[in-house]
Amino acid sequence: MEEKQVSVGVAEYHVTHNPHTLVCFGLGSCVGIALYDGRRKIGGLAHVMLPDSKAISRKGSPGKFADTAIRSMVREMEKLGSRRKDMVAKIAGGACMFHIPGARNPRNVPGPCLGMQIGERNVEAVKRILEEMGIPLVAEDTGGDYGRTMRFRVSDGKVTVSSIRHGTREL
Amino acid sequence: MVTRKELTPLQLDALREVGNIGSGNAAVALSAMVDQKVLLSVPRASLLPLVKVSELVGGAETPVVGIYLRISGDATGSMLLLLEEKSAQELARLMCPGACGEDLDTVQQSALQETGSILAGSYLNALAQMTGLLLKPTVPGFAMDMAGAIIDFILVEISQSEDYVLVIETEFDVMERKIRGHLVLFPDLGSLDLILGRLGVSG
Repeated sequence: MEEKQVSVGVAEYHVTHNPHTLVCFGLGSCVGIALYDGRRKIGGLAHVMLPDSKAISRKGSPGKFADTAIRSMVREMEKLGSRRKDMVAKIAGGACMFHIPGARNPRNVPGPCLGMQIGERNVEAVKRILEEMGIPLVAEDTGGDYGRTMRFRVSDGKVTVSSIRHGTREL
Repeated sequence: MVTRKELTPLQLDALREVGNIGSGNAAVALSAMVDQKVLLSVPRASLLPLVKVSELVGGAETPVVGIYLRISGDATGSMLLLLEEKSAQELARLMCPGACGEDLDTVQQSALQETGSILAGSYLNALAQMTGLLLKPTVPGFAMDMAGAIIDFILVEISQSEDYVLVIETEFDVMERKIRGHLVLFPDLGSLDLILGRLGVSG
């Protein structure tokens, strides 16, 4: 199978057993969730916007919410032969993108953050759901006030996070 | 609630006209501020899937400056002024001629934020006059980052229960100074029926 890059857009997720690189471009308050089964080299990446599908009556696509995206990915990975006990997670994103210039909030992030602290809530929700499902979170690069691109190589589980102002780091 | 199929060509035309008049007003304000001629593109009005929105400005990783205002009042939505990095620097230089570093300092950021506020204000004034609706913009927020990261934040506010967003977008161009930017109005879909009604094109 030829290696290729698959872009995972806002509110989408993608699961594969091929040696692809899955990418979330430009994560802001959204969170990228990589689930990986290293034994079988099966992986999935989601680009979620919101913490909880239960808070909203008209739901739309499952990839939009942390809870439904993680559950759907786990189900699809299991269909490909993966076991939940072999899965680990790495996450990135959940930033606060907009601030009032010059103002600082108590945590010394440029602030105050506009909006509903949605990035932070997304990260919290993702962690809670992973814990509920017994999937260990092995690495994260979350929070702050900057956007990130997250690349997940399914052949070896390597996750790279790059940003404009804070360089690139491996998870 | 309006869904994708229900927007007729006539309604899309009316929404384009909103973009036309709103951005026309904003362009007059911008032109007066920088004392330069400002050209406008033909506005686009379309319902886009969430995934497609950042393509409007050349892809999710494009470095941009975004000035964002939330609209409250009779109708709700969001307004965004997007500038590519070079354009933002050039515009900041025009707004505060003293400072001319490569990176935008706090003063320049405030100047851009204020510009966004004035442009959005003129745009919304025109829209309010057309529709008789009360539209109140919030204090603008500022971000300098990947386009995708800036837009995803706005999508959160407007797309909690929808997989599509309505985008009314105009490109403007300050020819002499190579400044190009986008003014984008994202009406909440929940307010769309009301706006269409006021424009005389309800379904």
